[in-house]
Amino acid sequence: MKSKKPGYDRYAKYGYVFSIPFAVAFLLFSLYPTVYTAVIGFTDLKGLGMTTIHFLTDDLFRNFKTVLANPSFQGAFRNTIVIWLSNFIPQMLLALLLAAWFTDRRSKVRGQGVFKVLLYMPNIITAATIAILFSGFFGYPMGPVNDLLVRFGFAEKPVELLRNKTVARSVVIFIQTWMWYGSTMITLISGILGISPEIFESAEVDGANRIQTFFRITLPNVKTILLFTLVTSLIGGLNMFDIPKLFQNGGPDNATLTTSLFIYNQAFSGSYMYNRAAAASMVMFVIIAILSAIMFFVMRDSDEAQMRKQIKQQQKAYRMRLKSEKEGKA
Amino acid sequence: MLKNKENLGMKIIIYVVCVFLAIISIIPFWLMIVNATRSTTEIQQHAISLIPSGYMMSNLKILLGKSFNPAVGFMNSLIISVGATALAVYFSSLTAYAQVAYNWKLKNAFFSFIMIVMMIPAQVTMIGFYQMVYKIHMTNNLAMLIFPAIASPTMVFFMRQYLQPTLSMEIVQSARIDGAKEFMIFNRIVLPIMKPAIATQAIFSFVASWNNLFTPLVLLTDQKRYTMPIMVSLLKGDIYKTEYGSVYMGLTLTVLPLIIVYLLLSKYIIAGVALGGVKG
Repeated sequence: MKSKKPGYDRYAKYGYVFSIPFAVAFLLFSLYPTVYTAVIGFTDLKGLGMTTIHFLTDDLFRNFKTVLANPSFQGAFRNTIVIWLSNFIPQMLLALLLAAWFTDRRSKVRGQGVFKVLLYMPNIITAATIAILFSGFFGYPMGPVNDLLVRFGFAEKPVELLRNKTVARSVVIFIQTWMWYGSTMITLISGILGISPEIFESAEVDGANRIQTFFRITLPNVKTILLFTLVTSLIGGLNMFDIPKLFQNGGPDNATLTTSLFIYNQAFSGSYMYNRAAAASMVMFVIIAILSAIMFFVMRDSDEAQMRKQIKQQQKAYRMRLKSEKEGKA
Repeated sequence: MLKNKENLGMKIIIYVVCVFLAIISIIPFWLMIVNATRSTTEIQQHAISLIPSGYMMSNLKILLGKSFNPAVGFMNSLIISVGATALAVYFSSLTAYAQVAYNWKLKNAFFSFIMIVMMIPAQVTMIGFYQMVYKIHMTNNLAMLIFPAIASPTMVFFMRQYLQPTLSMEIVQSARIDGAKEFMIFNRIVLPIMKPAIATQAIFSFVASWNNLFTPLVLLTDQKRYTMPIMVSLLKGDIYKTEYGSVYMGLTLTVLPLIIVYLLLSKYIIAGVALGGVKG
């Protein structure tokens, strides 16, 4: 620690001053809307252009009960989880495989830069555009997919593919995987490159093969990054909106209806049930808050662990210096 | 010898998979661009073609003849993205500087708070936000999509991570001795130090803002205020039901600028994504 001269802390007030813009904007645009959303969840606010709120008098939690008992909310929640899980697992496996390949010391894959740029590209493109593009690809009667099916004899005549729930959901899952595995891959690569090369060298000397190295060394060392990716992806997945909205607007038969889309439909298309949408939002808010809390504690712990490691290293360096000084004297 | 053969086999597998994935990344956009140059009749006969045709201009004409107005969408998206990005990087840097350079009592509590709210997405608080904006009659005001960027917790987190090891307090101290005011020191000395972090964060903030559909879709009802993603969503409407060529044209118009910018900045973007990963 630096020695604190008297008067050092006369600058402390600037810490507060410089944090004011953030704090004010946060109160106004984040905290207030959050609290307001929560409040609306307990009121009878509905109808286009309505702003006056009255708290529910018969049963304060009626909106929450209605939403939780609503089959289409339950279905939307299930869809959201199913779609997230079935895109996260292949996305993670693919990203891990590619990251292992790209960082493998023995294979030395050339042209990595180009591959990274191309595999990450879908992530940068507007999701709204991609959703409409894919709904065009699966169009009926003449979309590119139908064209292929007929040309190669898989189907005699064009099929209305997107009438099929499984197909529609699979396409959404594919788009999500396709858009995100590149990003996960790059994250993992940078994590693996952060592992000290000596560990890999000694593993190589000990005769470990690729698979052993991957499972015994690489994986355990990127645990935190895996967890971080898991949580951020889950939170992102719980808010999936653009793709299901513009691909088939939740259809067919609610097969791609997600919770975000449910909330949007409740509040902004036709029924203007702000109170129910707010209650549903709060349910999602609580789930996400719990996930964030887990993330916060894990990340804080890893910070502390890093600090402990640094302290140990410093102590070691200090002891080494003492030792060498002693030797110098002798 | 055996080892080498094994390695060669492995390498072939790796390249085949990577090339395949790269093709999957490109092909949807290639089909889109090619179909944007083909007439609706051509597309109806064979929706897949890898060779461009000559109907680009007529597709464009049909597209612009209807409610699709890419110039307006482009301008609005540009105003929002530039405004939001500028505010986000400036004020996030300032907040991060307050964290790194000064010792104040609530510093750690404030940072913990930032980390806690970092993950909470704007979507779950949209009902309250919409009601608030509606009450003050600002629903079609682009400012409501720009000013919230002043509080960007994730960016503050990154800026702090960058600034902590980079900023030397000696420079700040000597500037103080020369009589510089604290705010001046931030603008003249600290901001230039943060340039690399600002560049990375600016790219991601810009892209996120440009691609955002949810908030504009909720707030903007006036056609003149539509952003690019909302313009894109119009292409799904009934008026374009049979105009396949022009729908692909419209999609291409929204994607092309992004692809060009991406290819130009890809080095920084990839590095930025990698940086994001080590934060854990």
